[in-house]
Amino acid sequence: MSNFFEKSDLSRSEAENIISDTLQKCDDGELYLENSKSESILLDDNKIKNSSYNSDLGFGFRAISDEVVAYSHSNEISKNSLKQSSENLKLTLKSVKGTYNHEIPKSNKKYYENINPIEQKSLNEKIKILNEVNNYLRSKDDNIKQVTANFLGEQKSVEIIRSGGETLTDVRPLIRFNVSVMLEKNGRKETGVYGVGGRQSYDSYLKDDKWKSVCDEALRIASVNLESKPAPAGEMKVVLGPGWPAILIHEAVGHGLEGDFNRKKTSAFHNLMGQKVASEGVTIVDDGTIDNRRGSLTIDDEGTPTEKTVLIENGILKNFMQDRLNARLMKTKSTGSGRRENYRHIVLPRMRNTMMLSGNQTQDEMIKAVDKGIFAVSFGGGQVDITSGKFVFNCTEAYEIVNGKIGSPIKGATLIGDGPSILKEVSMVGNDMMMDPGIGTCGKAGQGVPVGVAQPSILINKMTVGGTKL
Amino acid sequence: MVKDQEFLKKKASYCLGLAKKLGATESSVIVNNSVSETVNFRNKKLDESNRSDDLGISITTYIGKKKSSISSSNLLDDNLNILIEKCVETTKNTPEDEFNSLPDKDLLAKEVKDLNLYDDTHIENDQKIDYLKKLESAASNDIKIVNTESSFTQNKSNFILANSGGFCAGYKTSSFTASSVTVAKDEKSMERDYEYSSKCFLKDLDDAGELGKQAADQTIRKLSPKKIGSEKIAIIFDKRIAKGILSTFASAISSSAISRGTSFLKDKVNQKIFSDTINVLDRPDILKGLGSRNFDSEGVKTDTLKLVDQGILKHYLIDTYNGKKLNLKSNGRCGGTSNLYFENGNISFKDLLNSKSKSLYITETIGHGSNIVTGDYSVGATGFLVENGQFKYPINEITIAGNFKDMFKNITLANDLEFKYATNSPTMMVEGMVVAGK
Repeated sequence: MSNFFEKSDLSRSEAENIISDTLQKCDDGELYLENSKSESILLDDNKIKNSSYNSDLGFGFRAISDEVVAYSHSNEISKNSLKQSSENLKLTLKSVKGTYNHEIPKSNKKYYENINPIEQKSLNEKIKILNEVNNYLRSKDDNIKQVTANFLGEQKSVEIIRSGGETLTDVRPLIRFNVSVMLEKNGRKETGVYGVGGRQSYDSYLKDDKWKSVCDEALRIASVNLESKPAPAGEMKVVLGPGWPAILIHEAVGHGLEGDFNRKKTSAFHNLMGQKVASEGVTIVDDGTIDNRRGSLTIDDEGTPTEKTVLIENGILKNFMQDRLNARLMKTKSTGSGRRENYRHIVLPRMRNTMMLSGNQTQDEMIKAVDKGIFAVSFGGGQVDITSGKFVFNCTEAYEIVNGKIGSPIKGATLIGDGPSILKEVSMVGNDMMMDPGIGTCGKAGQGVPVGVAQPSILINKMTVGGTKL
Repeated sequence: MVKDQEFLKKKASYCLGLAKKLGATESSVIVNNSVSETVNFRNKKLDESNRSDDLGISITTYIGKKKSSISSSNLLDDNLNILIEKCVETTKNTPEDEFNSLPDKDLLAKEVKDLNLYDDTHIENDQKIDYLKKLESAASNDIKIVNTESSFTQNKSNFILANSGGFCAGYKTSSFTASSVTVAKDEKSMERDYEYSSKCFLKDLDDAGELGKQAADQTIRKLSPKKIGSEKIAIIFDKRIAKGILSTFASAISSSAISRGTSFLKDKVNQKIFSDTINVLDRPDILKGLGSRNFDSEGVKTDTLKLVDQGILKHYLIDTYNGKKLNLKSNGRCGGTSNLYFENGNISFKDLLNSKSKSLYITETIGHGSNIVTGDYSVGATGFLVENGQFKYPINEITIAGNFKDMFKNITLANDLEFKYATNSPTMMVEGMVVAGK
């Protein structure tokens, strides 16, 4: 755990006094301190291209009065700097007459260990694995023209000090290992990308040659794409594979169920609470409590313990995801979803691990039920316009389905749909729920946070596929 | 107050000195400070204020052909000592790469011209609030507007770039940015759109009322959209989308994509990639330009480049490392382009709309559907159906797709270029793309 006041002219008790003085008539607020260390080691074009290390230290001071949020952040943890921030907050809020809400739930549960993954493996060992990755892949297939592999490791220590001196802390490890392969055959180039990660040591994902399966998967995707035909254009049935394709859930309904958009009534879901928004059998949760997952958190960035929040139960909209601000204004409680990229940013309600739970059909049954459509297995990313509800996601591995059978692979294409209605088009839910491999980052208002997704195979009756073949 | 040059220079030279003492044969350092103050409004009321004071340092050390880098936001000497020691240690343990080096000395910028990039004016939060009040009152005039969110940011930055070869330069820049996002609603639909203005000088910023009105008008006209059928149709890209296609072109000619062989424009220099009438320029010395600079992020001087001349690709965007790999000299594009733009076409916006009996005018795209390896393009889109030069009705939940190799050869540009962003394009028509809808 970092001692943020060790090398500062500011003592903890002085900081507590400034915090309590600034927030005394505010409705909420806190001082958020953060110390993060991260590394990136990249192999590209047969060489170690980059080894870099970042150390980031700073604080963000937040005061909330009614709906107004005042925020000030700095890299300098000093008496002067904190006082200046306090002045900035007071200047914005001018006359405040709220009552500070001291209530914050407690929990002893932890969902990851207090480790620093960067220190657990030496630079030389990491470089050795990256070189092995490169050699392994290039010896497997003569068509390989480019291999990129990288390690990203991070340890983030956070401390939240609330008015009155209440203090909450968390230490969060996070790693990611990615492999990207480019193949060239008969003048045609295609890429395949795969990765793994989560809140554990590098070895949990890599030891005993486990890294080989990551390489194999990247190569498999690239090889499939090398044989792909132009994708069809127009509305058709779509079968989604289990795991990572749950980006659909994240984009189509996840963002629209975040508290801020619903308090402001700018989400297409804001007036649908308690109503049927999905087919029977569709249950979606957002869960921050799964051990070692990329999207899991012991406490959120306001200090609230995370939980498993049921968003949609058997087709009915049950809950939004809330931070403290939006929960107070909507007269409900925080779901432990208040997150920020780092101390430079304000807290927003965000997703953690968003999952559609298993049903009881098989993927085979779904494929057989489709005359003409596509089977989408792997995805690049997605985006949503939460107001109109329209969302997209980009396939990176997909096949056509003809008369109940999987046919040729098709080129990457964008799929577009309408969030509030798409889940009503789900006609089968598989029994094969799977977590994603742990590489997702969600962007909102310029802030990126690590998230996870999961789902079983599903059959969607109607979606628009953005190919070029009419 | 943003830190002055003396403070940044002192930190930079401390780092270079220490790196040398610890065994680095060469090193480079960037120190920057940025202070920004933002006020946000929602539905005509104060919603948020945000002040940020960001310090940053990044150091790269070389030992012969070995290289490593560190960065930090903690500029206390104690911390820098630990980090530089770690950086030099890591460098020793990193394999050699024959192309690693500082830029050639004769390519470094010799002078720092005043490009008029810094406005000393300080705008107090109360003044920002006045601007936003005026903006939001104009934005919410129409009853169909149900939510407005607006923002005003003042940013002042300063930096120093120095290396062990003796280069040491930097300068202040400023920006004033206002934006407005509005939501409109009718019985059938709810839609969102925005307008935005960003300038180096406060006095050049768009009028608050105009900006608010523009955002509201653009949102209201999107209400009650329809979905159309799948077909091949001419696409007209609004300027704010057309500039994105130019950015994709820039990524595809970056020397890193070229040297790694991961671009559809590899080996295309001196070949025709656009239609005859197309010229693309990258001009770093535009006064008050949002992308203007004296040198790139390695200190290499930047001259104007005519990247595409009458449809023919003339240059890649080259940095030192990839230049050495490709056996080409850096042209000062480490970190990308400066003020990148398509030169104006020959016809007016109105004539462009009129040039087809039926076309699609695209105002927004979503998704990350540009693949620079294959040139494939497929994104979600929102826009309007245009018939005989008239906007007929709004359209959404469609995708548009094609391949850049074909799209580039089928571009027609209007003559309405303006310098609103760092990368700019006139309104652009592309023929031969496929729309997927119903």
